[in-house]
Amino acid sequence: MEHAFREALQSGKFVVTSEIGPPKGTNIEPMLHHIDLLKDRIDGMNVTDNQSSVMRYPSVGGTLHIKERGGEPILQMTCRDRNRMALQADILFAYTRGVRTILCLTGDAVPVGDHKEAKGVFDLDSVTLLQTIRMMEAGKDLGGNDLDGNVDFCAGAIVTPEANPIEPQMIKFEKKVEAGAEFIQTQAIYDMDNFKRFMDDARKFDVKILAGIILLTSHRMAIYMNKNVPGVFVPQNLIDEMEAAPKGTKVAKGIEIAGRMVRQLNEEKICDGVHIMAIGKEEVVPDIIDAAGL
Amino acid sequence: MKSITRAKPVEAVLKGLEGYDRVFIAGCGTCATMCRTGGVDEVAAMSQALEEAGKLVTGTLVIPTACDTLTHECMEQNREAMEDAQVALVMSCAFGVQTVAGYVGRPVQPALDTLFFGLETKPGHFSEVCMQCGDCVLAETAGICPVTSCHKGLLNGPCGGTNNGMCEIDSSIDCAWTLIYNRLKEIGRLDLMRHTCKPKNFHAMAKPGKVDIAIEGG
Repeated sequence: MEHAFREALQSGKFVVTSEIGPPKGTNIEPMLHHIDLLKDRIDGMNVTDNQSSVMRYPSVGGTLHIKERGGEPILQMTCRDRNRMALQADILFAYTRGVRTILCLTGDAVPVGDHKEAKGVFDLDSVTLLQTIRMMEAGKDLGGNDLDGNVDFCAGAIVTPEANPIEPQMIKFEKKVEAGAEFIQTQAIYDMDNFKRFMDDARKFDVKILAGIILLTSHRMAIYMNKNVPGVFVPQNLIDEMEAAPKGTKVAKGIEIAGRMVRQLNEEKICDGVHIMAIGKEEVVPDIIDAAGL
Repeated sequence: MKSITRAKPVEAVLKGLEGYDRVFIAGCGTCATMCRTGGVDEVAAMSQALEEAGKLVTGTLVIPTACDTLTHECMEQNREAMEDAQVALVMSCAFGVQTVAGYVGRPVQPALDTLFFGLETKPGHFSEVCMQCGDCVLAETAGICPVTSCHKGLLNGPCGGTNNGMCEIDSSIDCAWTLIYNRLKEIGRLDLMRHTCKPKNFHAMAKPGKVDIAIEGG
């Protein structure tokens, strides 16, 4: 299928995506293992792009491995490390190698990562990157020059439903949809009431919403995220639930909670799918999908 | 608008002066004085530090405005002390260092790092207000500059790192787009934020900057 992910989005099914984190180095075996584990269980595999501003194997490289192994890749592209020429060049390359879905992100700030003195580029932003893809589909590059061979992508972007204040985020969300985003992955959500309120707004737009699910592995992780990760809010009842789980069963409890949330999102048709992030524990993603009854 | 500077560590200054025994020190009576980095007191302290490190300070001078054309005359009056030195240590912003370098006829060593052009918001607190990008967007952003005030210089709204109205990289720095949103809302122009800014022209001013203004009779 030329556009397997877009077709999954448009089929009306509850879509499941997850994340493949490329290695710090050339040992790609664990990444390939995760790809093989997930390729037949989910609709798309996001490959992260120097996630958290930490230098790694490139996202476009990861997507090629997914293609070679029969999976459906989603190429994450941030605007932090490449100017508009390099981004467009990579978009052309990815297209010729069969990548058909791109997730457009601004990218984390350089100082949060492991090359703190590097230059942050941000020549484009998530909105103008989306516009660029649509422009290249129409046969022009950003310089207004004709392309010899167009691209054709299912393009998506992200939103942070728990951002405070939320209004500026929602204005940017609208701009992303207007710029051509077909799907939106959210930052991790844990509070279902808050998320339903967000969805009341988001449903006004013609775009598919995939709720972000981050696997909790301890109550300390939840407290850490509440304190340090902007736009992530884990309610106290979930922190208590994680803390009460006996030692040695924390990950199982996290899987249970994630599975329960995915099940509710699906059964109550709250959104169109989920994006599961099991940072460093990708091998349990199938367990979360099983726990959700998918 | 002032040129905001920060003193290099004394160790770095001394490392830069390695191989030189005789040093002339020039400060600046304008921005560097306001920043407490190159005024009379700081020049005196530097002179003492260099003497303690075994250097001979041939002379000191606080130029009224180091980037000004009068700097030349001012330095002429100190020619003897200057010529006695092997190197000029300049305690001004980079403008002043470049001006002095053009007159002094010997190596210059900057004692300060030039950080940005900004305002003193309260005594000792300096904020960057304009990066002089050559492509002003203030009409779209209620007079708050995202190119300068947003860590990523974003033109189309906040990133996901906005954190209770503050920036993810430093919780003491306001999220520029929260400020912009609040002011646009206050003045009833949120429609401006819904407009998508196209990618910035980074060559609005060709680098290096040079402008010829036609002046009557000039």
